Amino acid sequence: MTFRARHLLGIEPLAPPEITALLDLADSYVDLNRRAHKHGEALAGLTQINMFFENSTRTQASFELAGKRLGADVMNMSMQASSINKGETLIDTALTLNAMHPDLLVVRHPHSGAVALLAQKVTCAVLNAGDGRHEHPTQALLDALTIRRAKGRLHRLTVAICGDIAHSRVARSNILLLHKLENRVRLIGPPTLMPAGIADWGVEVFDDMREGLKGCDVVMMLRLQRERMDGGFVPSVREYYHRFGLDAEKLSHAHGDAIVMHPGPMNRGVEIDGTIADDINRSVIQEQVEMGVAVRMAAMDLLARNLRARPREVMA
Amino acid sequence: MHTVIDNVRLIDPESGLEAAGALLIHGETIADVLTGAPPALPDGVTRIDGSGACLAPGIVDLGVKAGEPGERHKESFKTAGRAAAAGGVTTMVIRADTKPAIDTPETLEYVTRRAADAGQVRIAPMAALTRGREGREMVEIGFLRDAGAVAFSDGDQVLTDARVFGRCLTYARSLGALVIAHVQDPSLSRGAAMTSGKFASLRGVPAVSPMAERMGLERDLALVEMTGARYHADQISTAHALPALRRAREAGLDVTAGVSVHHLTLNEFDVGDYRTFFKIKPPLRSEDDRLAMVEAVADGTIDVISSMHTPQDEESKRLPFEEAASGAVGLETLLPATLRLYHAGQLSLSAIFRALSLNPARRLGLPGGRLAPGAPADLVLFDPDAPFVLDRFALHSKSKNTPFDGQRMQGRVRGTWVGGARVFGP
Repeated sequence: MTFRARHLLGIEPLAPPEITALLDLADSYVDLNRRAHKHGEALAGLTQINMFFENSTRTQASFELAGKRLGADVMNMSMQASSINKGETLIDTALTLNAMHPDLLVVRHPHSGAVALLAQKVTCAVLNAGDGRHEHPTQALLDALTIRRAKGRLHRLTVAICGDIAHSRVARSNILLLHKLENRVRLIGPPTLMPAGIADWGVEVFDDMREGLKGCDVVMMLRLQRERMDGGFVPSVREYYHRFGLDAEKLSHAHGDAIVMHPGPMNRGVEIDGTIADDINRSVIQEQVEMGVAVRMAAMDLLARNLRARPREVMA
Repeated sequence: MHTVIDNVRLIDPESGLEAAGALLIHGETIADVLTGAPPALPDGVTRIDGSGACLAPGIVDLGVKAGEPGERHKESFKTAGRAAAAGGVTTMVIRADTKPAIDTPETLEYVTRRAADAGQVRIAPMAALTRGREGREMVEIGFLRDAGAVAFSDGDQVLTDARVFGRCLTYARSLGALVIAHVQDPSLSRGAAMTSGKFASLRGVPAVSPMAERMGLERDLALVEMTGARYHADQISTAHALPALRRAREAGLDVTAGVSVHHLTLNEFDVGDYRTFFKIKPPLRSEDDRLAMVEAVADGTIDVISSMHTPQDEESKRLPFEEAASGAVGLETLLPATLRLYHAGQLSLSAIFRALSLNPARRLGLPGGRLAPGAPADLVLFDPDAPFVLDRFALHSKSKNTPFDGQRMQGRVRGTWVGGARVFGP
């Protein structure tokens, strides 16, 4: 088996063949999802619990749908409203849930490393649906699948990631994945939204969008959180949009066939112009959502196969 | 009553002595330091064979959190005392960042009494500098000094109001009291759990620039220059802060500085996959910074090495990295960890004990820290080469949060004496 991991906690531990194997399987699920009869049996009889310690509509819905399409029993737990507010620790929550014998645990948490911590204490497979500013592996995988289908390959491409890199787990996972498959990554954004030590990451950094987009095959826009718009990190929305918002003019500096991506939800008129987002010749934003379900089906399928193949034990 | 510890290698940081010899103890004090051929001993002298191990002045650990009052589930004077004895620490200079803070003579008296009941090693208590460590009103520095406070410090709580801090320094100066401060710009370090750089960014953990330490230090030094107070920076951990420290010395300011053994022996990468036992305050630094700290101890820019012993229970550490409590226990690992620098050829044994024993004792006005007739017989006998693998559950501390768990260490304490009485060893 080419995919050997027990959990999907991040892109960092994955080997390139594992990534490719997962994307290949996801491709087949894209086909399944486009049929009238969308039901698979890969997760039949398994229990999937979605634990979201942080608000999410899109990712949670995508995981839920992916599980249901493959026949899992899916339960959603919104953890903001639960016992975590009553002082229960993350470890206790994990042990409690583990006692219910789930097979797949999908976790999002506001703190970096929290999902990995939880994974140490449970016997099921854990999928990281985003931990703090650390990683969001299924987002990077769905982006990779989208790029591979749109460009016909996933190597030797020049990919620009634009916006709030500093606070973005999406950016981190994408940089890791694109580097593993030998692509060039450029980061574009104001220096206040660049992480420290960025020069050592093997990326090219730009604070001029036109220059940064020159010759790019893929333009990934990131969402700018509202609380970071007013003077804290950038002076104002309108100045940010003027300098870093993607519009037709700035996009014209990229390759003529460059695709535009966004992990959603979009702030139209902040980081991206509405007409670009809706341009079916350039924007693959809707495809990203579709690939999201397929990639998550593939990820859970592979983890479930590994789960069945080996005895369960808690890693201390 | 006379005791002689012979067949030892004497390490005296005051005279720089590193030679084979014996030590004669009379009652609670050192009676004589004997080098060369073994002397003929008069009758009635108890002889202890040191088996060729090193004998050095007991460690004066500046900045121990003993857990009392308020956190006895993490540590007590009894367990901290046992850990200290096992680690060759003969004086624990205890921190005031307790719950409640040690900020009144009454609390200080409670602490001294509790500590005396627990026995084992000496206690030199610090007191808070401001009430409740809140940075608003100064404590009764005079009364607290009379009650035995050896220094005044709000611990890792930075006194942000320069006017209040300036007045505290001025008042402390009139009494000759030592003020110890945590150097950090708090607005820059707010929420940070790592040192900023490639590693922290990859891990996605909020991080602080190493420059925040220099900013905190520079401000404090300006206030020291303004007030003429006696000042000690508790932990210097970044190379950026060293030039400021050297300038202050050259300008004749009464300034000293410390470093924790963790910043001398570990770096930011040791955190690995969010290992919270490596979360300390200030956070672990880059390897370049670590090496600069080692050099600064060697050349005397940094005076004191301490453990910054901070017990934390499992519950406060088994959390996501950002939420986990900071700090590590260190009383028992202070000596073997510091000896890594000896084995690496970076510090001599007398330089190590200058920083562990002599300098902190001198700075706090304590009589120990040296092997000389008349000095208290506070001693540590250790084999610098004895190897072992550290098992955190073998520690005497109530809390087991050591970053050295499972690591190979070299250097074991064979015996500890406080005031001539053996508190550790066979």
